[in-house]
Amino acid sequence: MMTNLGNRVTQGQFSFLPDLTDVQITAQIKYALGKGWALSVEYTDDPHPRNTYWEMFGNPMFDLKDPAGILMEINSCRKTFPNHYIRVVAFSAVRGVESVTMSYIVNRPKKEPGFGLVRQETDGRTMRYTIHSYATDKPEGERY
Amino acid sequence: MSETDYPGVILADDTPVDLDAELKASNVQEVLDQLDRDLIGLKPVKTRIREIAALLLVDRLRKKFALTSETPTLHMNFTGNPGTGKTTVALRMAEILHRLGYVREGHLVSVTRDDLVGQYIGHTAPKTKEVIKKAMGGVLFIDEAYYLYKPENERDYGAEAIEILLQVMENNRDDLVVILAGYKDRMDKFFHSNPGMRSRVAHHIDFPDYSAAELLHIAKLMLATQNYRFSPDAEKAFSEYIQLRMKLEHFANARSVRNALDRARLRQANRLFAGKNKSLTKIDLITLEAEDILASRVFIEGKLDSEPETKSVRQ
Repeated sequence: MMTNLGNRVTQGQFSFLPDLTDVQITAQIKYALGKGWALSVEYTDDPHPRNTYWEMFGNPMFDLKDPAGILMEINSCRKTFPNHYIRVVAFSAVRGVESVTMSYIVNRPKKEPGFGLVRQETDGRTMRYTIHSYATDKPEGERY
Repeated sequence: MSETDYPGVILADDTPVDLDAELKASNVQEVLDQLDRDLIGLKPVKTRIREIAALLLVDRLRKKFALTSETPTLHMNFTGNPGTGKTTVALRMAEILHRLGYVREGHLVSVTRDDLVGQYIGHTAPKTKEVIKKAMGGVLFIDEAYYLYKPENERDYGAEAIEILLQVMENNRDDLVVILAGYKDRMDKFFHSNPGMRSRVAHHIDFPDYSAAELLHIAKLMLATQNYRFSPDAEKAFSEYIQLRMKLEHFANARSVRNALDRARLRQANRLFAGKNKSLTKIDLITLEAEDILASRVFIEGKLDSEPETKSVRQ
């Protein structure tokens, strides 16, 4: 995280690459649909890497055949939350898997302030370290 | 149609292009031929489908010369009496449009009012959108579409569904084709009160009623697909049956024919079961005899089979 130039949050797939274009996103959705996974769109404004449960934007989309429907949902989420993190999540219902199999960011805030290192002195000379996003100093909804 | 079909190559102005080759490549002729074979009658419908197919093919050729034009709107409205083949044609339409590359997946999502309109405030929009998302890349078939608009109840949520549909029909023209279907008079009223819908639906196709001869032809086709056949007498009896049935109320064209055939099959099974000679051949099993058809109450009482029985006559 610290060595990541430009403070870009790197979570999920493709996050070290430049942002995906809509054509690339469509291709990835197509791949997921081909596997029979259910896709959904999620958003958050808390970029902490341990923040795994993002807000759902609408219900997961089952039984879709074509990526256009999901792209439409992504775009309406972008319109509603232009400065939030938005990701596409693919869920596999295959027995034994039954969890998220794909997840990638499709929208990020224009300016990502990044993370600071927080040191905590505890018993004796022990130090505890954690990271803290500068963005979360502000209340929810006003962070970016 | 995606622009990637002919990447980068633009043909010179005088390059001859072969419409026949394009037709063969798209396999659309096969679907059209099948349409001719499987669907009896329906002249105006077939003509219109041919026209649409031709337009899309020519459009593909024009793309080769980089002659761009607006994607044609292909939203359709099928009107006609019950049992005239609206749903069947809609299914074929999805296939044809897929072969021509107009829709990407070529599946048909068939819905009615219940699937689009919600039960409480705020329920309709997500419900309609979900259906639309499912239909993307294919054809959305809305049966009995006039039920969407209920003018007598101004708080009806149908109007909301129509609004969302209109928006998608305009903005996502490349993603899905909407086909509305319903009875002629009611659909006319529906379009009259929703002028926005009327202008967005480019093709209004009217399905004519079948003639008696066409219905007999359809009956034989239906039987053939189920591995049955008429005996010569039965065929004569059935053509009489059709004549009589057409005059009665609630006549639903091919659907009535199908129901009549189903009942004839029941009677045939019963006859074979009751017959003394229990050693049957294949011919016995596949043949419907005249008596299977003549036992219908249409002949005996001049009434529908589905009507409640009267006490006096029992078959």
